[in-house]
Amino acid sequence: MADEIPQLEAIRRILGDAVLDAHTARGEDVIVIRRDGLVESFKRLKEDPALAFDFLSDLTAVDYFGKKEPRFEVVYHLLSLGSGRRVRVKVPVGESSPEVDSLVSLWRAADWMEREVWDMFGIRFRGHPDLRRILLYEEFRGYPLRKDYPVNQRQPLVPERALKGTFVDMRSNNKLAQLKQQLEKQKLAGADSKRG
Amino acid sequence: MKAEVKELPQDIMELQMGPSHPATHGTIKFNLKLDGERVVDCDTEVGYLHRGFDKSSEQGTWTQVIPYTDRLNYVSPLINNVGYALAVERLLGVETTPRCQFIRVVASEISRITDHLTCCGMAASELGAITAGFYMIEAREMLMRIVEALTGARLTVTYVRIGGLKHDLPEGFAAQVKDAFEKTRRLLADVEKLLSHNRIFIDRMSNVGVISKETAVSYGLTGPVLRSTGVNYDVRKLQPYLVYDQMDFTVPLGSHGDNYDRFIVRVEEIEQSMRIVEQALEKMPTGPISIEDPRIVLPDKEKVYNSIEGLMHHFKIIMEGVHVPPGEVYQAVEGGNGELGFYLVSDGGGRPYRVRVRPPCFIAMGAFREMIRGYTVADIVPTFGMINMIGGECDR
Amino acid sequence: MIVDLAIVAVKAFLVLFMVLNLAGILGWVERKGSALIQDRIGANRASIFGFAGMGLVNTLIADPIKMLTKEDFIPAHGDRLMHTLAPCLALFPALVTFAVIPFGDVLVVGGREINLQVANLNIGILYIFAMASLSVYGIVIGAWASNNKFSLLGGVRGAAQMVSYEIAMGLSVIGIVIVYGTLEPQAMVRAQGELFWGWLPAWGVVRQPLAFLLFFTAAVAETKRLPFDAPEGESEIVAGYHVEYSGGKFLMFFAGEFAEVVTAAGLVTTLFFGGWQVPYLLRDGFYFPWGSVVSLAPLTVTILQVAAFTVKVLFFCWLQIILRWTLPRFRYDQIMRLGWKMLLPAALVNLFLTAAWIVVRRPV
Repeated sequence: MADEIPQLEAIRRILGDAVLDAHTARGEDVIVIRRDGLVESFKRLKEDPALAFDFLSDLTAVDYFGKKEPRFEVVYHLLSLGSGRRVRVKVPVGESSPEVDSLVSLWRAADWMEREVWDMFGIRFRGHPDLRRILLYEEFRGYPLRKDYPVNQRQPLVPERALKGTFVDMRSNNKLAQLKQQLEKQKLAGADSKRG
Repeated sequence: MKAEVKELPQDIMELQMGPSHPATHGTIKFNLKLDGERVVDCDTEVGYLHRGFDKSSEQGTWTQVIPYTDRLNYVSPLINNVGYALAVERLLGVETTPRCQFIRVVASEISRITDHLTCCGMAASELGAITAGFYMIEAREMLMRIVEALTGARLTVTYVRIGGLKHDLPEGFAAQVKDAFEKTRRLLADVEKLLSHNRIFIDRMSNVGVISKETAVSYGLTGPVLRSTGVNYDVRKLQPYLVYDQMDFTVPLGSHGDNYDRFIVRVEEIEQSMRIVEQALEKMPTGPISIEDPRIVLPDKEKVYNSIEGLMHHFKIIMEGVHVPPGEVYQAVEGGNGELGFYLVSDGGGRPYRVRVRPPCFIAMGAFREMIRGYTVADIVPTFGMINMIGGECDR
Repeated sequence: MIVDLAIVAVKAFLVLFMVLNLAGILGWVERKGSALIQDRIGANRASIFGFAGMGLVNTLIADPIKMLTKEDFIPAHGDRLMHTLAPCLALFPALVTFAVIPFGDVLVVGGREINLQVANLNIGILYIFAMASLSVYGIVIGAWASNNKFSLLGGVRGAAQMVSYEIAMGLSVIGIVIVYGTLEPQAMVRAQGELFWGWLPAWGVVRQPLAFLLFFTAAVAETKRLPFDAPEGESEIVAGYHVEYSGGKFLMFFAGEFAEVVTAAGLVTTLFFGGWQVPYLLRDGFYFPWGSVVSLAPLTVTILQVAAFTVKVLFFCWLQIILRWTLPRFRYDQIMRLGWKMLLPAALVNLFLTAAWIVVRRPV
């Protein structure tokens, strides 16, 4: 890691104008690259002998909702197994067309990680062989790690049982329980009115 | 009458293994396509234990994420604690005290041993060598007692704090560790006699779940699964964190990339980890276990009760959280199953903006289809066992 | 006539009683024995009125009660009749095989000769194999009737395994049959009372050591217990052919497995370890090779013989339990390879050598 600045310079030289920004922060090299021609850029990062980032360490996304434009950043962490150099590659993706090219052709590891990003952020990966939800179920609606997805929203696959007794948590958005309570209240009110 | 010749049907049989199945500990489902006993295709379904770690972490303060990290790889929770704390400390731009670093190394390595013991023991008992499995679980029990003495809990340890530790080593810790290691070594010698040279075990493990060097790298495999193929990648050696650069240990490597090599690599790593713990305990410096920065570390209770500054610092940290300057960081540590990475993004507040974990076994499960295709149903058990998928970490 | 029938009935009852109880006891021994091997305490919760000390008796009673009071589950779209029939077919052969195994010499009571064997068939060995091959049906039918893919896999594995190992088992016994020149178990045991060079008991294991190894391996494989438990393989195909069984029917499979263990031990004892023979014990006492003689009453001799048989059977049961808790499981194709490529050729070689030896020794 002694030659941090040369690494960034080398990346700039090899990727050319695909690089939007390159800097070092907290000892880590960060580059921001263009979304177009993404696979080509990564191919160079992987195959150029001076860089040799042959290991896709991590692939994720961050939602900068209301903080940054474009809204999403797909973040790749690359590692060169020979030298232990790392680089973080960020690709800005707008909200209107949340799509980037898939890296499955370069690293098979991208398969599941891209599925996870699609599952959690709704960012599509063009050319992915099998882009399905991975951690959540197919019936799930919305993308939970987007900042505009409410944290307490519940969408159970099987209707939740209404809770009874001491452990009823009224803060939870238990729709079914609320509905049942409402119905019971209505029933009670109806009975009362009849009696009255 | 003409004899009617009927062809035996040769359709592919679909078999759904899991999510509730003796081999799929951690809850996972294999949608298998079988030709007789041979696996033609395997679609792995994960996510049964998904609890929204990332989203939950964004709700609390930076410190409140630590208990969540316990529940990632719940077989070696201390490593998760350490990894997360290191990442936050790098965001803060601080470094902990030397004693804290040594204790963190000790804690991580003991956790790694328990992780490997559980993995190997369970894999053995799933292959029917229940006795050898129990021997390993017995050894793990000794180490769990050490973890209990150190942290006060066996599973949900929450021992590491940002900038330090919850408390110092308990009294007589080194002696307890020495005693436990002695017993562990004895049990492992028994296991070696029972398993490592057992013909049936070798036949079941070797040349099963084979993956080549190039494929393993392409699939992003790390940890023992990658090292069994002969790729020398250990975060502790390649990018030493804490005080691993002061420790003398080797990284065991395999050559075939099959289950037997994975097993042997794990068993060897147990020995290496024990060596690291012994060295760390020997070199253990004295001094404080936490940095002296009231903005990061909670003050002593004495100060909280007796001085206004102490009370204020306490209040600020509890209510607002540690203020972490804006930025992002990726910190990798060597977990029980491989590179455990924490990618943190801060917007400058007391709460994390984004917490991403690179779960080593989630990525390894991605390669499972490649590993098992062409082998038999019975081979799923050791192959899945040696990946050591931990539901809490894989599904987060 | 009636007395004869009564004697047979009593013998049959005794043997059945012993085998079934031994099966139950083995269930307990297996739990406690495995605990002993694995540094655990083992089963200690079954108690009568809070008294857990009599673990053995309690477990003997508690196990069946627990299983019999559970729901008898038949899967949807399963075949009711076949599903019920299968456990019976699995338990039956294991129990009836014991009928031809002699547990003592002829006992003379009041001038009446009582053969300590339920049925003295002159083709006893054939009978054993006939019955042993029946137990395949229990597995296959149970697997098929369960309408479950895991069961089906287990059933297919079980059928293949049992058929394969029966061949090796049969061939290894033919050597013994040639040596003793009889198919009658009682006669075989008697022949094992001879001595080689005046001191070495001429047990089957001495005459046919290779056949013993082959037979024992095949017998363990027939019981479908651990190194060979691919048909059950609890971690891969859950419980194989009896996944869908519960309650009493499962108990029958369970008891059948242990009854098979007892039967296998009985067969090994009878064929290779002298059955009820005690070394140097003849009908009226011990005749030691160094010349001393200890005279004993006929009843004492019989008791000694039955005791010797029991001890030998228990030893082989225990050996099987140790094996089960020591070795990992074979894979299905490895079981097949062992059966066809190693046991079968070895059995053939053994048979050929034995036959050649007989021809050389006793030219017809």
